[in-house]
Amino acid sequence: MASGKGGTGKTTVSVNLAKVSTSPVQLLDCDVEEPNAHLFLKGVLQCREVVTMPVPEVNAALCDGCGACSAICEYNAIAALPDGALVFEELCHGCGGCTLVCPRKAITEKGRRIGEVEVIESGHITLVQGRIDVGVAMAPPVIRAVKERLDGERMGILDAPPGTSCPVIATIKGTDLVILITEPTPFGLNDLKLAVDMVRELAIPFGVVINRVGVGDDRVHSFCRETGVPILMEIPDDRRIAEAYSRGELMVDALPEYRALFEQLMQRVQEFWNSVRRLNHADLRV
Amino acid sequence: MPAIKHRYKEKDMKVAFTTSGESLESPLDSRFGRAPKILVYDLDTKTFDIIDNTQNLKAPQGAGIQAAQNVARTGAKHLVTGHCGPKAFKVLNAAGIAIYTTDASSISIALDRFCAGSLTPAHAADVEEHWV
Repeated sequence: MASGKGGTGKTTVSVNLAKVSTSPVQLLDCDVEEPNAHLFLKGVLQCREVVTMPVPEVNAALCDGCGACSAICEYNAIAALPDGALVFEELCHGCGGCTLVCPRKAITEKGRRIGEVEVIESGHITLVQGRIDVGVAMAPPVIRAVKERLDGERMGILDAPPGTSCPVIATIKGTDLVILITEPTPFGLNDLKLAVDMVRELAIPFGVVINRVGVGDDRVHSFCRETGVPILMEIPDDRRIAEAYSRGELMVDALPEYRALFEQLMQRVQEFWNSVRRLNHADLRV
Repeated sequence: MPAIKHRYKEKDMKVAFTTSGESLESPLDSRFGRAPKILVYDLDTKTFDIIDNTQNLKAPQGAGIQAAQNVARTGAKHLVTGHCGPKAFKVLNAAGIAIYTTDASSISIALDRFCAGSLTPAHAADVEEHWV
């Protein structure tokens, strides 16, 4: 579940879709800067693990200040001085380049804590949520730690952060289907176009969910029609949906008349998933 | 963080200035990390060299860190600039380089102030990261 624009309903669609599933699902909250899916699910915390990323540690006794580490660092995270090197952990992206190029083997890697992953069981839903530490600016390693929990047995629903930058790419990379949630407003359309370009670049099949239908205009619908983007679901603009959301209630529970919408979406997703699996099996036979 | 051993040399009499030009009459650039050039003045020979710092103008982060390494490589033990952020300060400090901030409009004015002893070394960064 992704979107260019924020606040279009990624979490709403994710949690409600997970809820109507008739088989066990994994729900991954990859919006690690502000995970919120847990607000809608009552569950039991199963485990909490610390996420770390590798950062260099320089052995001053071995370092001769040659500067190879600093020269390869794309992020200026390591400064080489005539008599040693200084590491700025908060700038490091953990690529390991400095450790590899150090001719004196003076650099080793240590783990720097950047966040946590929690697993919460809520009925047939296993919620995995990442939470980045305050002050840390690098979400992708936390998102990857969340995705490592995917078991491949159950359907996994990934709630992405908004936008089209690295954290979103880290979330949708490797998925079978991307659902782009948007709204029929000029902002929604502008950011939908960016998101469509992003997903096309990654060559992942995708469809669109239009939320708050009734506000704005029909340009999102026209765009989808003209560019051949399938509209998988439309959610009407209904104040009661926002009211239920503000109370932390699931739409499919508070407003049962919308349950069928999500059941249809789940059916379409499952049909898609089955066709992908058939394709994969066909590939294997060849 | 590893402890940095300082190697002070008595004969080091070089002073670095941030600038956008290439002469002593050029303006002193108030930015440290993103100043286009660094002028390194030798107090003994009364000559100077120009170091290019333009690769840092495009850096999304760590411009001060990179510029501080550039200064350290010249052997200068004094730096005169307008402002200095926390990361650059840390690197310069580790390299044993004294930092002086001034509002002098040109390098020659800043140099006069330095030689007259009217500039005092800074004990901490005077601006936040990415202050410009």
